[in-house]
Amino acid sequence: MVAWSDQERSIITSIFSNLDYNDVGPKALIRCLIVYPWTQRYFASFGNLYNADAIKTNPNIQAHGTKILHGLDRAVKNMDDIKTTYAELSVLHSEKLHVDPDNFKLLADCLTIVIAAKMGSGFTPEIQETFQKFLAVVVSALGKQYH
Amino acid sequence: FDAFPEKLLMFCSFWGTSLHCKTCWVMFNPKSESFCTSGTWGRMLSKKEKKLIKEMWERLTPVAEDIGSEALLRMFASYPGTKTYFSHLDISPGSAHLSSHGKKIVLAIAEGAKDISQLTVTLAPLQTLHAYQLRIDPTNFKLLSHCMLVTLACYLGSEFTPVAHAAMDKFLSAFAAVLSEKYR
Repeated sequence: MVAWSDQERSIITSIFSNLDYNDVGPKALIRCLIVYPWTQRYFASFGNLYNADAIKTNPNIQAHGTKILHGLDRAVKNMDDIKTTYAELSVLHSEKLHVDPDNFKLLADCLTIVIAAKMGSGFTPEIQETFQKFLAVVVSALGKQYH
Repeated sequence: FDAFPEKLLMFCSFWGTSLHCKTCWVMFNPKSESFCTSGTWGRMLSKKEKKLIKEMWERLTPVAEDIGSEALLRMFASYPGTKTYFSHLDISPGSAHLSSHGKKIVLAIAEGAKDISQLTVTLAPLQTLHAYQLRIDPTNFKLLSHCMLVTLACYLGSEFTPVAHAAMDKFLSAFAAVLSEKYR
């Protein structure tokens, strides 16, 4: 069980309540596919990903980015037991999607960069620390059911 | 991206490019008997990327102190183990040590960005310093690089596009790789 201080909880809920999931989700996924191109291997059925522009305008990527952020929302709403909340998702990513769990960290880093670009100086070192702690718990929970 | 030769071969033939190991900067040669298995692989920076990196760091040089000290502060906050290398300095926010050290780091990176193909030459004295004197565990370079990227994102906002981010990440990885070349 992960311990969250009141301040950490409020930082996380505040960040997410100020996000447009339809904007930030796709941005993070797009960034991940461009910065770490090997992650494109999981999206072979999504159509044209041949260059940055194609990725940015791909409607499947757009939809999926939003879906991912809604998935993160579940962790925000269940911060005290992210592991259980994500048990099914973990099985899905392992058994059905066959995603290398190292990739979760890559997407998490891209999301951090997107939030940083959005919040500017408001994304203080302390807020970054809390946000990264949250994402680390999410990443760990997603990798939990792999065997 | 690990070092299994089959995956690397697939990557090279798919992208029609050669790969350099990010850890030891050795070029992947599918015909060689042995090759670097220590690190991750990445494509060389293209001419466009080198130009982009050079221009970005030229712009950031005047605010080297701010960028550098912020990146360090972020690293100390998120990765407290990194503070152990600075026990001899005052690294509290706003301290003179933090400013001057942050400035030093950013100026060294900017210097390397001026001619990326000469990175090994430019960094030779710093290679010696880090290998024989400072002996900072190279995993920490990744942590500082990440915090540098976050600092740049905060500073540049939407200008820090995915393409710029990718180029910067590759450059900082190359920089760190060259810096640790003399370690062993």
